[in-house]
Amino acid sequence: MTTHAERGRSTRPRPRPRRRGSRPVLSGLAPLAWIGPAIALIAFAVLWPVVKMAQSSTRHWSRYGVDLGSNGTDNYSKLFGEQDLSGVLMRTGIWVVVVVSVTMVVSLGVAQLFNQRFPGRTVARWALIAPWAASVMMTAIIFKYMLYQGYGFINILLDDVGLVDRGSPTADWLGHSTSGFIWEMAVAVFVSIPFTSYTVIAGLQTVPAEVYEAAKMDGASKVRTYFSVTLPMLRPSLLVAAVINVMNVFNSFPIIWEMTRGGPGYDTSTTTVFMWVLKKGGHIGESAALSVVNFLLVIVIVFAFLKVSKWNSEAD
Amino acid sequence: MTTLTTSSTGRRRVVDAGPPKPRGGLPGKKIAIMGAAYLIALIFITPYLEMFLTALRPVKEGTDPTIIPKHFEWSNFTSVFSGTSSFGTNMRITLEVAFGATFLVLLVALPAAYYTARKKFRGRKAFLILVLVTQMFQPTAMVIGIYGEMRDLGLINSVWALIMVDAGFNLAFAVWILSAYFAAIPAELEQAAMIDGATRFGAFRRVTIPLAMPGIVTALIFTFIAAWNEFIVALTLTTSPDKAPLSVAVDNYIGQYTVDYGHLFASTVIATIPVIILFGLIERKVVDGLTAGSIK
Repeated sequence: MTTHAERGRSTRPRPRPRRRGSRPVLSGLAPLAWIGPAIALIAFAVLWPVVKMAQSSTRHWSRYGVDLGSNGTDNYSKLFGEQDLSGVLMRTGIWVVVVVSVTMVVSLGVAQLFNQRFPGRTVARWALIAPWAASVMMTAIIFKYMLYQGYGFINILLDDVGLVDRGSPTADWLGHSTSGFIWEMAVAVFVSIPFTSYTVIAGLQTVPAEVYEAAKMDGASKVRTYFSVTLPMLRPSLLVAAVINVMNVFNSFPIIWEMTRGGPGYDTSTTTVFMWVLKKGGHIGESAALSVVNFLLVIVIVFAFLKVSKWNSEAD
Repeated sequence: MTTLTTSSTGRRRVVDAGPPKPRGGLPGKKIAIMGAAYLIALIFITPYLEMFLTALRPVKEGTDPTIIPKHFEWSNFTSVFSGTSSFGTNMRITLEVAFGATFLVLLVALPAAYYTARKKFRGRKAFLILVLVTQMFQPTAMVIGIYGEMRDLGLINSVWALIMVDAGFNLAFAVWILSAYFAAIPAELEQAAMIDGATRFGAFRRVTIPLAMPGIVTALIFTFIAAWNEFIVALTLTTSPDKAPLSVAVDNYIGQYTVDYGHLFASTVIATIPVIILFGLIERKVVDGLTAGSIK
């Protein structure tokens, strides 16, 4: 920006004349007045907990959260000695990959559809957005209720169609780890689709109409146009959607917590849920160690993603 | 659920791939689009309709295998507020947290976003990276740290702790969106207003803020909804039912030995409907906001 714009931007009603004189000294600090509060809030809410978490992971904790002094890396060795950990890690991988990829593919279709003009589109879009607005935790509770053996809405529907006997053991979806986990993934996809579709719709609207006309003049079919023109132009939006989805899904807690509490056993737990279960069980040090591991995993995933997508260079 | 969605979009794509027709489209194609879109819309609204129907279901019909209850009992919506339940208090806490966090984000994000959009200053890039990194982190991954911090500060069961944490984790998105909006407003507009005699702040208030309003509203509603729905931090930082927001109160209902589903879902309906309506109000702006966010 120009130098005269550089001076005197202030939320104060009247610029003070003395500022001109002291500018050389203050100019280095001027940004702090504007971005300082934001940095302070981030430091308080985000950075401090990170430090605290790392500290906690090297302390010995009583069941009730009393700090009994340092114990080095004991929490970590205990954590990596957990028999259930490998299963939990594997399940976390499946959870993220399946939920994010299904969400992305379905959302591409949904976005294409809801980007068309049709009567009642406003109402339809409003319905589509509902799971995004609503609390994920409350959505998970109602899904749990709809899956109840005997009288849950989904079981009644499946029974009417003739797929499942609503009173049979199969209909106790959340009682079995495999079917429970599949339903949990379905709910995770369900709550992720609205945001993803909207990001894709936003992307679709940035594709200029001339591009489609050019493709049409070249005689490209609609399918060909979609794959050779639309999809490449959606790349930035898809990357944004994918990164944010990976974060959200990796960190997702309420769905599994409300539907199965990570059980039976730990058989539907991801790392986030397992961390909570450990904390609840009084294993605070181990839980802190797992949150550090979790946190490092998030950082690795983010940087891998940024590297692959070269999103970094576009961000600034 | 998912299979239904996939098949109906698949159906549309088949229709779409048909022989090219003149612009405006056939009624047949339009009907297929409408049908598929309405079906998807219905699927996405179904859980919330079911929530509502269950809230109206009398206790003695609780295990009836019927989709629509035979009788409707509206009393659940009023009785959640009465008796020994702390629902009214929980509601008040949720409102305090949501409004508090939204106000704090506005206060802190607005100047930061404006400054980073208008100026090239030393540390700008570092600040943007800090914001981007914050956006990647979620409180879920660090509840242990948050708990430790707040216990040290004596802020367990305090509304302030929830406000600060919710504001802190939603700040990044607000800065990102607002900064994109501010960057899209030419600085010349402000300069022109100042030539016409406005002060710098007057130009900001009369020219820039109104133009950035869609972005501001979007950022604020997003923050409000996120704080309203927040669950895991509140679950960690509150130990007593009368200090907890709605999300934790609802979770407590489930933990109880016998679950009164009428009351449970009356509570979730009351907690869900306002945010769905609020989100519906900014539905159009959401697309603009996401466009601004992703283009930047």
